[in-house]
Amino acid sequence: MNDMRLTERKVDAKELKIQARNVQVYYGETHAIKDVNVDILDNTVTAFIGPSGCGKSTFLRTLNRMNDTIDICRVKGEIMLDGEDIYDRRVDPVQLRAKVGMVFQKPNPFPKSIYDNVAYGPRIHGLARNKTDLDEIVERALRGAALWNEVKDRLHAPGTGLSGGQQQRLCIARAVATGPEVLLMDEPCSALDPIATSQVEELIDELREKFSVVIVTHSMQQAARVSQRTAFFHLGNLVEYGETGQIFTNPEDPRTESYITGRIG
Amino acid sequence: MTDASATPAQPSRSRSLHQTDANTKRRNAKEGRFKALGLGAIGLGLVFLVILMFSIISNGAGAFQQTFLQVPVYLDPAKLDKNGNRDPAEIAKVSTFGYAPLLQQGLLQAITDKGISTDLAKASELKNLISASAPNVVRQQVIANPDLIGQTVTFEVLASSRVDGYLKGRVKRDQIALDKNISVAQLDLTDALVKEGMAVKKFNWDFITGSDASESRAEQAGIGTSMIGSFFMMLVVLFLSLPIGVAASIYLEEFAPQNKFTDLIEVNISNLAAVPSIVFGILGLALFIQFGGGTLGISGLKASAPLVGGLVLTLMTLPTIIISTRAALKAVPPSIRDAALGVGASKMQSIFHHVLPLAMPGILTGTILGLAQALGETAPLLLIGMIGYIATNPPDGLISGFVDPNSAMPAQIYEWAKRADPAYYERAWGGIIILLIFLLSMNIIAILLRRKFERRW
Repeated sequence: MNDMRLTERKVDAKELKIQARNVQVYYGETHAIKDVNVDILDNTVTAFIGPSGCGKSTFLRTLNRMNDTIDICRVKGEIMLDGEDIYDRRVDPVQLRAKVGMVFQKPNPFPKSIYDNVAYGPRIHGLARNKTDLDEIVERALRGAALWNEVKDRLHAPGTGLSGGQQQRLCIARAVATGPEVLLMDEPCSALDPIATSQVEELIDELREKFSVVIVTHSMQQAARVSQRTAFFHLGNLVEYGETGQIFTNPEDPRTESYITGRIG
Repeated sequence: MTDASATPAQPSRSRSLHQTDANTKRRNAKEGRFKALGLGAIGLGLVFLVILMFSIISNGAGAFQQTFLQVPVYLDPAKLDKNGNRDPAEIAKVSTFGYAPLLQQGLLQAITDKGISTDLAKASELKNLISASAPNVVRQQVIANPDLIGQTVTFEVLASSRVDGYLKGRVKRDQIALDKNISVAQLDLTDALVKEGMAVKKFNWDFITGSDASESRAEQAGIGTSMIGSFFMMLVVLFLSLPIGVAASIYLEEFAPQNKFTDLIEVNISNLAAVPSIVFGILGLALFIQFGGGTLGISGLKASAPLVGGLVLTLMTLPTIIISTRAALKAVPPSIRDAALGVGASKMQSIFHHVLPLAMPGILTGTILGLAQALGETAPLLLIGMIGYIATNPPDGLISGFVDPNSAMPAQIYEWAKRADPAYYERAWGGIIILLIFLLSMNIIAILLRRKFERRW
């Protein structure tokens, strides 16, 4: 069932997925995100780059309302997912997060078995009618995260026993299993070694066929390698947003150029 | 620039690493002194622990052993069943006063038969050897089995606390000059009875299972009934304080907004944990017994009821449980909450599926330690009358266990320690041993549960 939807989506690829208009984020008195306008396309990897504290992670977390858990955080402006305002009062963040999955900076598998980690999302959303269904979803998600071959013989071993890179792919599998439409990744490779990083990067490229992926990264090489579009944030402002190639070779804004060439940051 | 910085560094190279300089020596000496201090503190603690354990065991071990007398008693039909028709109703009319002389007579007969020489010629002079509880033992058996009347049956009855104390070395010959309850001749006879095997020290199950006894029958008193009282109180505490405490902590930790009001609640909970327990006792007296039982007329809420004791101890245990539960919830890494929320779990799902299981070892440890604290609590029980003298049979049934007057182990120990007879002093120590065994096993359970749940990480 999921597959059908996915192939259907591929036909009209590159349509607009998320539209952010005049987004302001405040942490108490601090104005963390100033007036950001971004269009995120479907089936595209969009990278957010910028120096530490520039607000890129904060902005990422507004996209699935993870900031709701922080009491002092307020969001203004409009963020539209498929034309619907996700900050509308009628929107339940729980439903939103099933559509917009998230992978975090540090691998954070549940202290449960590998199988239960992946099956948790489908279980709470009632995606599987029976055990066979669930097995299938878990296998598909683990294959999707390029982890199946490594863990298929020990699905019931604890997820925390995997290596760092495997844990991160497990977290990706967990996010993929609920069948999201957008996948947010907050510096997914910052805790990984170069080999695990390249595995996850390859994976991100494959995931692009099914979802819109938004990735926050500190590594400009990574942004250049995996993304099609790049947004550069600086001091809470979106400085420049465009095709990755253009941002890295021919930036319009001098600040972008300074950051990319290592003069600010 | 490199040259310039290298030149002043030259003298330091002359100092060998094999020579400790003054500064390092001073630091090492300080560290050594600190280590010695810590070691001394631990050593001192251990010494006190050993002294404590030794004094408890040496004082209390005696309570588990009791002297029993083997007395062949001729159950005289002329006294027990005057009409000779073996009518149970008529047999039951004979009180323990009717049985006491038979016991004394039987003992005297046995002494004469064995050829023991004694100055005590009259049966009534043997009264002080036999426990005041003995006639009732005989009476109960006769009522249960009237056919025994007319036969000579050997009963095993408790010796009096003085005889028992003499055999345990508590009662000394040179100290009994003014003691009306025992004489030198009786002690001589005791020695002879031991030699003949008629007086033996045995393990005393009745101390663990029995009820309290009056001042004059220390040998009969046991901690069993108050143990049941403590058990029912702990049931109340467990089933009230665990759900209330955990629910309150989850709300405060996960859902409550951060504002002045919740801050106030937090401060107050921490303060409540430090409130002297006797304050909770008087609160329970006013709230549960006087207002709940008196003004509102709720029948279960009356003085000395384990239900009330349990409610008071619940009030006392709640802050402990809330504080430890909140600490356990706080210790769950936020990444787990993020992970659950990130896959679209609701807040409640993330708490109940992920946070709570991870916090479980901490919650359980806190709860069991809270219960252990409540189990050993005496002061609030004094104020709600749970130091009642409960010499009757243990409560029958569940409701009775909650609402019938009872005592609790620590209150029973306190009660015994107050009494004049030194035999009770020994029983107080014995009660402490039992209480400590309970506390120790609760702590062991806490450790085991912790281990079991922690393995799930």
